[in-house]
Amino acid sequence: MSEPVKRIKAPVRFDYTVGAGLTLSRFLAALVEGRLVARRCPGCTKVYVPPRGACPTCALPPGEEVVLVGTGTVTTFCIVNVPFEGQTMKLPYVYASVLLDGADIPLLHLVDVPAAQARMGMRVKAEWVPPSERRPTLESIRWFCPTGEPDAPFDAIKEHL
Amino acid sequence: MSAARPALTAPYVLEYTYRRSVGPVLGEFLAGLRDARVLGARTAGGRTLVPPAEYDPDTSDATVGLVEVGQSGEVTTWTWIDRPLPPHPLQRPFAWALVKLDGADTAILHAVDAGSAGGMKTGMRVRVRWRSERTGEIADIACFEPEARS
Repeated sequence: MSEPVKRIKAPVRFDYTVGAGLTLSRFLAALVEGRLVARRCPGCTKVYVPPRGACPTCALPPGEEVVLVGTGTVTTFCIVNVPFEGQTMKLPYVYASVLLDGADIPLLHLVDVPAAQARMGMRVKAEWVPPSERRPTLESIRWFCPTGEPDAPFDAIKEHL
Repeated sequence: MSAARPALTAPYVLEYTYRRSVGPVLGEFLAGLRDARVLGARTAGGRTLVPPAEYDPDTSDATVGLVEVGQSGEVTTWTWIDRPLPPHPLQRPFAWALVKLDGADTAILHAVDAGSAGGMKTGMRVRVRWRSERTGEIADIACFEPEARS
């Protein structure tokens, strides 16, 4: 009798295909063209980016498209100190909620700023990857960079935290 | 804005790369498979459990040791798989079946390479087809195959 087996590999794997839905697909397709296309809820008039298939408050399908210029304000942020598989950023780095100018809902993205300098109210701007590298994903924006403008006052973001 | 386009889709894989310890009873069972032998657990009441368990499901008493059972047995129930998925043991249509090996009182779940559903029947005799390179896992049994009619 040979040595008993002590351990086995027992992986659990789910191979999904996720569908983005029509509304989000249009947003993602516009990223390839270097454009941020939000949608306004016809009920509460809030501008969602990324757009949703329905407004979670009004339950209405999205209305008009709103093209955003890609500048915005950091509302809140976290400093990532924990490594994980697939990580592409060097620790520590800043992951923030960015309230884009013209939008009502913040977008989550990286901010290219030393962790110690991250702050609420910081003005930032989208840095796009070169057109040849753009894909229908938010990675078409490499990250947001500080614009150097004075910080936005708290009142400008307090309704969007 | 451009004309309507189909919705985008993307692959999304969620995977947990677990390794688990198997304990002393399954550890010996798996080592047996590596040696091309099938072992069952004897209960105090004299039943033989294949695959083996550490405890008798009837009495909750510990099983009392392992014995070798036959490499042929009987299909007790089965279902046909027309379109195998990548993790399946066979990449052609096959049956999942419960097979009660000779000398065993319980049945083990495995694939039967029967060609077509017409080749499957409850009560049919099947035998182990061993994988040529065995490493001590359930896949060391490549599948079961119908016993040649005598």
